[in-house]
Amino acid sequence: MLKIDNLHVRVAGKHILRGLSLEVHPGEVHAIMGPNGAGKSTLGNVLAGREGYEVTEGSVLFEGKDLLQLEPEERAAEGMFLAFQYPVEIPGVNNTYFLRAALNAQRRHRGEAELDSMQFLKRVREKMSVLHMRDELLHRAVNEGFSGGEKKRNEIFQMAVLEPKLAVLDETDSGLDIDALKLVAEGVNLMRSPARALLVITHYQRLLDYIKPDFVHVLAEGRIVESGGPELARELEQHGYAWVKDRIAP
Amino acid sequence: MTALLDSFQASFSALPTALIDAHGLGDARRAAMLRTVAEGLPSQRSEGWKYTALRALSARSFVAAADTPRLHPAALTDIPAPRLVFVNGQLDPGLSEFFNLPEGLSVRALSSVLDAGDAGAVRSLARRFDAPDDTFARLNAALAIEGALVHVAAGAQILAPLHLVFVGAPAAGDIASHSRHTLELGENSRLIVVEHHIASGAHRHLGNHLMEVLVQRGATLTHARLQDEDAGATLMARTDATLAANAVYHRVDLELGGGLSRHELNVALAGEQAQFLSSGAALAGGRRHIDTRLDVQHDARDTRCDLLWRGLAADRGRLAFHGGITINAGADGSDARLSNKNLLLSDSAEIDTQPVLQIHADEVKAAHGATIGQLDATSLFYLRSRGIPAQQARVLLTLAFCREALAAIGDLAMIELLSPRLESRLADLETVE
Repeated sequence: MLKIDNLHVRVAGKHILRGLSLEVHPGEVHAIMGPNGAGKSTLGNVLAGREGYEVTEGSVLFEGKDLLQLEPEERAAEGMFLAFQYPVEIPGVNNTYFLRAALNAQRRHRGEAELDSMQFLKRVREKMSVLHMRDELLHRAVNEGFSGGEKKRNEIFQMAVLEPKLAVLDETDSGLDIDALKLVAEGVNLMRSPARALLVITHYQRLLDYIKPDFVHVLAEGRIVESGGPELARELEQHGYAWVKDRIAP
Repeated sequence: MTALLDSFQASFSALPTALIDAHGLGDARRAAMLRTVAEGLPSQRSEGWKYTALRALSARSFVAAADTPRLHPAALTDIPAPRLVFVNGQLDPGLSEFFNLPEGLSVRALSSVLDAGDAGAVRSLARRFDAPDDTFARLNAALAIEGALVHVAAGAQILAPLHLVFVGAPAAGDIASHSRHTLELGENSRLIVVEHHIASGAHRHLGNHLMEVLVQRGATLTHARLQDEDAGATLMARTDATLAANAVYHRVDLELGGGLSRHELNVALAGEQAQFLSSGAALAGGRRHIDTRLDVQHDARDTRCDLLWRGLAADRGRLAFHGGITINAGADGSDARLSNKNLLLSDSAEIDTQPVLQIHADEVKAAHGATIGQLDATSLFYLRSRGIPAQQARVLLTLAFCREALAAIGDLAMIELLSPRLESRLADLETVE
């Protein structure tokens, strides 16, 4: 589904990713862990197509297509979703309106029929009930005045409505207390399916207690230095990232 | 003399003497014309015209409308009665519907009053405009023979909006029209007015509108002005409003079209606790030039103004905004607010904003701010990352930006009426990435 090969990325003249390779197949859950500054968020942003991230070397194939050639909206329509570390507040744009515009734009791109407001509302209601979202949030502007937890849940809610093939969760656990974390993780787990892959980017092992990964990768100094199963996350928790740094070949 | 003033002089000379002299206005009209010709057009050296050059306009010639072009009524289906429709400055009786008006509301065409009416109805036409920059008002005083005269009797509550529709229609020549309007609300009355400036096709006419508004004690006027003219049109508009004690003037302006559109909005808060609540959005796309000048005078105690204006300039558009508020001596306890935020959407566009607050009274509250910025890149990326195409995302964000101004009117029916025009113009804005 996703094949990243020897990816080098420069941000504001600084080399952040230096030869990152990773392969993700449908149904898999991969966790990317790493110390601050390792390039975790850069990976999420470059996959989603944010401006200012210059790919100097390497390739990214998504479902066989050259992802790096696509505009952000095309990537979304192809099934890529990024849950933002810092979801953006957009005053004046209604949450429901925004989500319907997004879903229908994606459907148009894929040559599918757009959903009318009744069909859309039905879908939204279903997803809201499983995520325990308050109705009131739908009527507000996108993320405006949302608490940190509400914003993160809104990201997962958007993911649930848009039903991507690959979801990248960028530090979705940051800033959440344990109850909010459980709710978010529960939402994510409901999204797991044999056809969908998840890439969970996190600094702490805590989130992985609730979202069980199939693979754990350690990102340091711009590339993956260690890969393993869930036990790798626990090792990291015990030994800290200093342990990883020692293992980076000079 | 410039070609422009030459053509105005010719139009004046062609007016029937009886029309010029109607109701004893002849001397005032001739004096106004003479002075305009003698002084010429305002130059950019004048502070009030600093951002609007009239050089190109001064080289053009206009003719007076000969006859009203036939307009298909379907063009106005979204504008309900009661309505007064002017095509190229001339009243179109076929399209206008202002007969079974509610009690207390009087609507007349200036032309009918000049023909055979009481002088009282046109007494405002005798007003002299003496300030050097009053050029277009003087031209209006000389040349205006048409317009809308609206009067609401004391205590009358007129809840169905009255529509004043000004249509620019394609014609053989470039037509200049000078229209003079009055809106007068008696004590404790209420009126809702919507001014439409629209086009039925491409044209290069000039419309010179002068509207006088008088809101008597305790009366409430809600007034929307939708300027959605053709890209070739030139509009020179001026609104002079006077508010008596406890009067409320609630106003929303949408400047969406035209080639050159200038609006001077002068409001005197003459009576205690009078309130002027004004919001607006101006969109300068293409090569459009929009110049809005607000001048609010607090002349009495405890008066209030709240001005919330949003501006967008894209492509090669130019936007000038002047927000002048003066709290005069004796207007103690006044409350004045001005917020002017702007989005500059292209490198070739230009925005000039100038908030000017002068305070000569005590115990006043005053706040003003003006900003010019760009669309937030993070918000844009957020929308796009969800699948919304770049152009649609920009429209969403700019609409959200302008909607604040529209929402301030607080009248849902009015918002529904104006919103589609705003949305379609925003979608057309040629934004440059």
